[in-house]
Amino acid sequence: MDFLQFILTLDSTLRLSTVLLLACLAGLFSERSGIVDIGLEGKMLISAFVAAAIAYETGSVWMGLAAGMLASLIFAMIHGVASIIYRGDQIISGVALNFLASGLTVVVGDALYRQGGQTPTLAGSARFSEITLPFADALRDVPILGPIYSELISGHKPLVYVAFLAVPLVWWVLFRTRFGLRLRAVGENPSSVDTAGVSVVGMRFKALLITGLLCGIAGAYLSTSQAAGFGKEMTAGRGYIALAALIFAKWRPLHAMGACLLFGLLEAVSNLYPNIDVFGLFTIPVQFTQTLPYILTVIILGGFIGRAMPPNAIGQPYVKER
Amino acid sequence: MSETAPAIELKGISKSFGPVQANKDISIRVMPGTIHGIIGENGAGKSTLMSILYGFYKADAGEIFINGKKTEIPDSQSAIAAGIGMVFQHFKLVKVFTVLENVVLGAEDGEMLTPSLVKARDELTNLAQEYGLNVDPDALIEEIGVGMQQRVEILKALYRQADILILDEPTGVLTPAEADQLFRILARLKEEGKTIILITHKLREIMEITDTVSVMRRGEMTATVKTADTNPAELAELMVGRKVLLRVDKTPAKPRETVVEVRGLNVTDSAGVHRVKDVSFEIRGGEILGIAGVAGNGQSELLEVLGGYEKATGEILINGQAIDLTGAHSDGQSRRKRGIAHVPEDRQNEGLIMDFQAWENMAFGYHHDPNYQKNPLLMDNRKIRDETQAKMERFDVRPPNPDLMAKSFSGGNQQKIVLAREIERNPDLLLVGQPTRGVDIGAIEFIHQRIIELRDEGKAILLVSVELDEILGLSDRIAVMFDGRIMGERLPEETDEKELGLLMAGITDTKTDHSVAEVEAQLANAGGAPRKEV
Repeated sequence: MDFLQFILTLDSTLRLSTVLLLACLAGLFSERSGIVDIGLEGKMLISAFVAAAIAYETGSVWMGLAAGMLASLIFAMIHGVASIIYRGDQIISGVALNFLASGLTVVVGDALYRQGGQTPTLAGSARFSEITLPFADALRDVPILGPIYSELISGHKPLVYVAFLAVPLVWWVLFRTRFGLRLRAVGENPSSVDTAGVSVVGMRFKALLITGLLCGIAGAYLSTSQAAGFGKEMTAGRGYIALAALIFAKWRPLHAMGACLLFGLLEAVSNLYPNIDVFGLFTIPVQFTQTLPYILTVIILGGFIGRAMPPNAIGQPYVKER
Repeated sequence: MSETAPAIELKGISKSFGPVQANKDISIRVMPGTIHGIIGENGAGKSTLMSILYGFYKADAGEIFINGKKTEIPDSQSAIAAGIGMVFQHFKLVKVFTVLENVVLGAEDGEMLTPSLVKARDELTNLAQEYGLNVDPDALIEEIGVGMQQRVEILKALYRQADILILDEPTGVLTPAEADQLFRILARLKEEGKTIILITHKLREIMEITDTVSVMRRGEMTATVKTADTNPAELAELMVGRKVLLRVDKTPAKPRETVVEVRGLNVTDSAGVHRVKDVSFEIRGGEILGIAGVAGNGQSELLEVLGGYEKATGEILINGQAIDLTGAHSDGQSRRKRGIAHVPEDRQNEGLIMDFQAWENMAFGYHHDPNYQKNPLLMDNRKIRDETQAKMERFDVRPPNPDLMAKSFSGGNQQKIVLAREIERNPDLLLVGQPTRGVDIGAIEFIHQRIIELRDEGKAILLVSVELDEILGLSDRIAVMFDGRIMGERLPEETDEKELGLLMAGITDTKTDHSVAEVEAQLANAGGAPRKEV
């Protein structure tokens, strides 16, 4: 593998990690507030569909993005009402939303476009285009740094930059602001927040609001940036992979980026090098490399990699007590 | 007294939860700069009253006056604004946060955290000097001891400029030395003009520190008296509504042959923490061995090994015969066959199944009893039920109805059900953990009498309790555990709370004086990882 090929692999890794990273950060807010969010998948799926449909209808990808975020937000609020106000089981609510998204996107998509659940292919302004950073072309021929800048860093869709810039921002919000302190506290010991005179319900809804918006961006990225239109079940379990990455990252934003890049790399490798030849002895089939992210998910969720300490109050509805 | 307005005045407070009236027309005046005790049995309505004052519940009727001004307290925020601070029995701290972060939480100055933290750090230094409340602001809550955590709670209230401090059962989790330290802090706060409300069920604390005391019984305020004008016996009578024997009445033990002998016992729990370290003791028939210690120093594991649900190395002989500590016969069933009965520490999780009826609970552990089998397939439920009814009457369980679910009995009556099940099996060795935790004074008296009776029948009893009064009152010999080891054995008539308190902190040199800081440092070092919360 030569250097340029290496850079291109990483470039692809960035693109493929983006959706995971956005979903993972979305989950981070929800779970840090004490709400399990198995419904990342469903929120992304509904957003991917709505974003593609609205982008197609209006011809504006930005309208699509806004609509996708709104759809995801509505799903997040349904989860909030069920699990915060009515203290329902958070897993069940999340799974129900996943099913709802899975069915709704296909039924509505087929009714609108008669393409078996797909939306028409997006083109032009209905799709995000690459941003070429300044001097990318001029620096292309500089050894080492040139390709890193112009291939790896420059030339991505805007949402890729949004996702990676969100990482330090999330870190800052979580550890340097009042909101972050309260958010972390409400996931660890909600009664400490309650007795301090801060609304537990309010904090958790604020967290889910952010979760909804970030998931919306993730879904819109999938159908308007990574692909050119919505396809049935196009999230393909990425919501669950993001959740695994979140656990792997022990609910910390910088680690979340690392975990998502690892998953992205596995996906990039399986895309770019379908059949890996091992010293001419045998060939690793593409099916194997494609399953790698899922195998890693199972390993992480099975708790094989270290002991993850989730927020203490996660999954428990808050009931005021004496 | 009429010139100064009371710091807190409640007028005609009533509160019902469905058919249960938790507070009935309660009126109380707490004068500023005093320590006012509120005493009552569990369920007397003390906590409900304080929750109303802190804005957790809304009263059905009644008025609240703070410093003479009528005040509405719909939520905790308003209570804090009115200058009320509350130290709950179960601390409201975030364990993975530092002391500083816990103090600041909810009382931040702006959107950004750093300025708030800087300000709070200065303020903590001031408060530490003013009231002698020394705490390391950068320590994580999970790494500091319970006494220190309580100080953080007090600091939280003071940081929010509380003038009125409510403490709910503050000494329940403290060693005697820590409790003394707390009382010194409270006295200091009082000197500085703070008003303190102390909720407790311990008569000794009321007598020791309060100026005035109000007694609650069944949701009503039965009396408010000056502490100097009353005595423990009178208060106990006011609490329970009848004369109560505060001391355990017992004759000297008449020990017989050795029933249980423990040699070199070691326990390592599932997390790999060495919980019990080389423990040896023996108990003879007709004798009670009391194990004192701060919760989490290996006492629980000791009971679990003897009761048959924790593995161990070493040797345990019952009536001269070794019992299996690791193999197929190290389970509870085998232990019962060898004459060991167990009243576990955690009655609601290990002693009973709360959603099962009393008669079902009475059969647990003894469900293989041939007497309970109607035929090879079916159990004789009617017989178990009738037997349960008789046992409930003998143990004064109220109401004596075998069809009620375990959870519908009060703590004291639940404990009587467990005791009835275990004692009526006539065991050679009875293990009892925290027999009176969460149990009312009236029931405590009864439970203690039954344990003494069993002793007088010549049975061996191993008592584990965090209540030193109970250990001193019941035991014929006292062993103190610290960090998994037995620090020493004492006779109850030759020791006192102070000496036991030092042993509980691992200090064996009990003759010289030790500072509170030293005791605390010792306690903080004790044990490995914190044990599961009970």
